[in-house]
This record gives sequence, C-alpha cells and structure tokens, in this order.
Amino acid sequence: MWCPDWPVVAAGLPATVPAAVLANGEVLACSPAARVEGVRRGMRRRDAQARCPELRLVERAPQVEAQRFDEVLEALEQLTPGVAPIRPGLCALRVPPRYYGGERETAAVLAERIVELGVWDVRCGVADGAFAAEHAARRALTQDVWIVPPGGSADFVGELGIDVVEDAALADLLRRLGVRTLGAFARLSRADVRTRFGDTGALLHRLAQGEDPRPVARRQAPPELVAGSAFEPPLETSEAAVFSLRTTAEQCVAQLAHHGLVATAVRIEVDSGDTTVQARTWRHPAWFDAAALLDRLRWQLAAGASAGVPGPGRRDGHSPGRRDEYRQGIGAVRFVPEETSAVAEHADTLFGSGPDAQVERGAARVQALIGPEAVQALRTQGGRAPADQVHAAPWGERVAVARPAERPWPGQIPAPAPATVFASPRPASVAGAEGQRVIVTTRGAVSAVPAHFRVGAAEPWQQVAAWAGPWPVDERWWDEASARRVARFQVVGVDGQAWLLVLDGDTWFTEARYD
Amino acid sequence: MARLEGRPVDTATVPVHPALAGLLTPRAGGVYGVDAASLALTLVSGPSAAGSWCGVVGCPDLGLAAAREAGIDTDRLVAVPDPAELWWEVVAALVDTLAMVVVRPPARVPQRDAARLAARLRTRQCVLVVWGEWPRCDGRLSLVSSQWSGVGHGHGHLRSRRAVIEARTDVTVSRSREVWLPGDLGQLGPVEQPSGGGAGPRAVDGTELQLLRGAS
Repeated sequence: MWCPDWPVVAAGLPATVPAAVLANGEVLACSPAARVEGVRRGMRRRDAQARCPELRLVERAPQVEAQRFDEVLEALEQLTPGVAPIRPGLCALRVPPRYYGGERETAAVLAERIVELGVWDVRCGVADGAFAAEHAARRALTQDVWIVPPGGSADFVGELGIDVVEDAALADLLRRLGVRTLGAFARLSRADVRTRFGDTGALLHRLAQGEDPRPVARRQAPPELVAGSAFEPPLETSEAAVFSLRTTAEQCVAQLAHHGLVATAVRIEVDSGDTTVQARTWRHPAWFDAAALLDRLRWQLAAGASAGVPGPGRRDGHSPGRRDEYRQGIGAVRFVPEETSAVAEHADTLFGSGPDAQVERGAARVQALIGPEAVQALRTQGGRAPADQVHAAPWGERVAVARPAERPWPGQIPAPAPATVFASPRPASVAGAEGQRVIVTTRGAVSAVPAHFRVGAAEPWQQVAAWAGPWPVDERWWDEASARRVARFQVVGVDGQAWLLVLDGDTWFTEARYD
Repeated sequence: MARLEGRPVDTATVPVHPALAGLLTPRAGGVYGVDAASLALTLVSGPSAAGSWCGVVGCPDLGLAAAREAGIDTDRLVAVPDPAELWWEVVAALVDTLAMVVVRPPARVPQRDAARLAARLRTRQCVLVVWGEWPRCDGRLSLVSSQWSGVGHGHGHLRSRRAVIEARTDVTVSRSREVWLPGDLGQLGPVEQPSGGGAGPRAVDGTELQLLRGAS
C-alpha cells in the first residue's frame, strides 16, 4: 500500500491546493497541483516559489507523519493481520488468499478503508516480494491496484529503469557502466556483482532478479504500559491517594522493567468525577522509580489543591495533616509513561551512587515542604546580562539549556563576573559633573562623563572614582515585543566598591555588585 | 560510636581554598559568617572542588558565573532561592545531607533556634556559611578593603582586585591577609610578599585606584 506525497497528506493540506513540504530548505514532497505547476522534489524554496507563487509551504514534521500513518496502520490491522510499516506513507502486508475473494478484492477493501480516513490518494501493488509490490503500487492509478502475476516479478522488475535504486551513487555508477535497467543488472553474474559492489550490490542484484530476501516483518503493537487505579467511592485526601497508589506505582515500574525499559518522563493524570482535572508531565534527570513517581503524584495533588482549581483545600507546610480535598474527591489516577529508554542506558545509575542518592532524598524532602519548583538545580548558559547566564530548573526535572554558553555573546561583560547579581534590578541614578542626566545616544556615545551615582533610591550619592563602558546591547531588535536596547557600565565608587549599572532607555538600574 | 551517642564527633577539617589557607580553617559542624558574596563563594569552593555537594538557601542574588570562576562545581549545588517562612525547616533538611550550606539569615535570628541548628550541624558534620549577621559564629571572614584595577575613565574593564581579608575566630586573635580576589588571570590567591615595589600584576592601562574602605 502506497500513499503518495505522504508528508503533504499528513500536514493536512488538500491535494487541490499547490502545497509543498520543506526539509532543510528543500522541497521534500509536493501536492499534485504543485507538481502540475512545475515544482519538483529537491528544489530550493525560492525556486519552488518562483515556479508557483501561490505555493503553500510547510516545514516537515516527521512526528506528525508517523502519527498519522499509525492511524492508517491501525485501520489496516483491523482488516488483516501482519502489517509491516516500511516508512510513513508506505507499508507492506500479506494478502489473505481467499478471505476477501482475491487480490483485487482485498486491495479494494483496504483502499476503501484508508479513503474513509480521509486519505484519498492510495495505491496498491501486489507482487511476490515487497520490492516488486512497491514499484507495482507506483504504477497503479489512484485508488486502484496493479497486480504482478505470481512468478512475474523478475520480468516486472527487469523493465524498471536503474534510477529506482535508492543509492544515488550506485545508480549513477551503473548508468555510466552502461547498465540502464534492472533487467540488465540482473543478467550480470552474481559473483561479479558481489565482488564489485559488495553486500549492497548483491542485495540489489537479488531484488532485480525478482527475489526478495527481506522478510515482511509484521508490526508489533506497542505494549500497554499505562498503569492506574480507580477509587470507588472517590478518595477525599491526597495522602490516602498516594498511599493507595503505592502498589500501582510499583506495578508501573515493574511492567516497564519487564520490557527492559525505564521511564524518563511520565504524565500523571488525576480524575475527579468523570473528568480529568489534572494532567502534568514530569521529567526525571535519570529515571523514575516507584518512590519518585509517588513524590511527583504528591506534589501534583498538593499543587492542585493549593491552586484551588479543582478543590478549595489549601496546603501549607505547617500542617501536613490538613485535608486537601477535590470537590468530587479523587476518582482515578493514571501513570502514563511518555518517554522511556532501555535499562542498559542507565546501568551506571541503577545501583545508586552513594551520597548522590542521599542528596536526592534531602532535596525531595525540601520539595515536599515548600513545593517542587522552590528547589532548583542551576546550570550556566549563554547570555549577555549576568542574570541571563543562570538557568534555574526545578530540581529533579530534566530541562535542556536553551542557550549554549560556548557561543559568542557580543556585549557580554568580560570576566571577572559579579559575585552579587540582584534578582530584581534596583533603580539607580547617574549624573554628570554639573548634575545633568547621563544617557547613551543611539550611536553608543555617552552624553556626559559620569561623576556621581547612587545604587538605590534610598542610598546616598557618591562620587565616581572610575568607570568603564558602555557595553551596548541591542537584543531581539527584530521582535518589537521583546526587543531590548540597553547599555551596561562598570562603575567604581570612591569607597572602593564596584557596581554594574545598566541604562535601559533613559532609566538606570543597578544590576550587580562586585563584592 | 560518638555519632550514635549524639556527642560531637571528632571534628574534621573541611577543605579550604588556597586563598584562605592559614587564615581560617573551617571545621565540620561549624558556623562561619562572611560579609561579602565573594567570600561566601571562596569558602564554598573548597569542599565543592573536592566533590562535595553544597547548598544555597535564600540567596537569589548569588552570582553563578562568579561561583564557577571561584571553582565551584555548579552541578553539585542545590539552590532554594526563596524558602519563604519555612527558612529553618529547609535549612535543617539540607544540613542533613549536604557538606556546606550558604544561607542569608532571616531578619531576626533567635538565640535558641541558632543553638538548636548548631547542634544539628555538629551531628551532621555540615558547615553553615552565613552571609550576614548570626548570634554566635565559630569564625568570621570580613572584607576590610578592596582595590579594583583595570578600569579607567571610560575605558578598560574591571580586571583584578586586591582585597584585605580579616579572619576572626573565638580562639585566635584576628588575622588579616591581602589576596587577589580575583587576580589578573582570574586566579584567587594570596598576594606575594613583599607587596608593592613593582611586584604583582599591574593594570595594563596604568590606571589604578588606591582607595580603601572601612570594614562594613
């Protein structure tokens, strides 16, 4: 079964509109309407737009393609067992000999089912092997089937041009050697082909002879890893829920371990009444064990109770015994593993690493006291302002640092870094010798030499002993909402203390202190 | 055995940064006060560089980039920027598992709570570094003066600092020393004696400040 232009179909674009899916700035696939206009695969974005100005362009989303094709596979599996996906848009399956009455009838039934899903362009090919069947499907018309008779694969494949070989370098070489069809290639001696082209060539040679040594591997349905339990009657307190879910959490971890997996991200869903009132994805820097799952559940329930969305109960750390209720109680809780990885990848952390496990427990205790977000793991990241160079993530969450520190950050203040970086900058004032305001012009010049400054609204004025700057920063000028145009100064007072002041527009702030 | 009986165990010393070696020898289970962020960072860098886990409670202002420059392993740092009204509970929980905890104390520190925390520190062999005032410290580090160089009038940038650090403990008289905090190459260390007379790095642009400030 072949669905042409799958990336376009998966993007949800109608076939009548000229549309193309781009990957790395090149056209990966285009709709038939776009093909009529002259858009071709491998074309650059600008060339494609030049051919067809009303072309709709979409970036490639491999995840969506795979997900949409999974729906197709599931539909096919309901009709016939043993569907083998080859890539999104293409799958192979064995034709049941008599159940639907024959090959043509089977193809019609399957095609109809796929069209019901809204994929109108589907083509079937029937042959002895998957390779021949794929090319038979390419020859078929929309919603039609092309049948290669049994034993006719060699003849059918032999007629194909050498261009169908996916390995472009090999196809080019064969063309230059004078081999123009797969039939001509098939007539070469098997030993010669293996000597000259190795295993890849040998496999292609067998395919060209109408054999298909690759077995059609049927898809294995993904195992069900979701664990949960329902409460009847609904539970009133979160403590009771956490207590009753201990075995469920252990079950969930054991189930994963049975498949040789550990969960690195888990979504916890809490039902109250008939609706899911809370669903949150938790990520773990290593992997979840039962205790970690229960911790996350406890935090989630506590957060839900204090946010007041589902229930009026508010939890404050002083009275852990207080009842925090959902309006209709906690009806059901489910652990849904969202990301898993093989146990072997975590072998070094499976046995705990002594003090680190102890630290994890200590941090978890503090998180239970004041909330999961209050304990942070700090990472350095790139940035121009001293405060931007810290990336604080909740402890126990795996968060990728968005801005690598290794990149150049023009406008960054050179080392040493200030030891105190104010979490919220304080209003400051800087004046020239005659008391005039000091600002920086658009060209980066200072309007007056700073002579006096104060680092806070309530601080006394003092004389500038030395100063350096400005370090102008013109950040995100392309985006009006987040654009920021500031200039930083290092100022040393007569008392010997050094400060980092920043001029944002015409307002001065104290950003950091070198103490 | 001593730990089981609740008696203070034989107090071990904690690794200390070379810049402070001989000036202050922190003992496990002690409380040490500092009056500047850079001194807190220098104290933490000792155990952190030796691979211990450290914590920071209630100091959202501590500069992480400076911490890295001081030699602190930020991957082994647990930060609780805002413990709110649960300050004592959070500090007590972290003291149980970490080697050194830096805190910014709440406005009022009752003597009784401080004594109770000190007992816990001794049994857990954790060092508390207090950035601010504390009723009873085993030692205090204070920045007596600092003298920045490298910055002129509209040119250069802050490059190095000569600071005089004074250490006071309850058993020794106060000692002071002149250190690079940091030096021209980003290093932290004592200024070689004799100071002055051309020894030690000089600012490239020749501008220097000879300014002292009193202990704050």
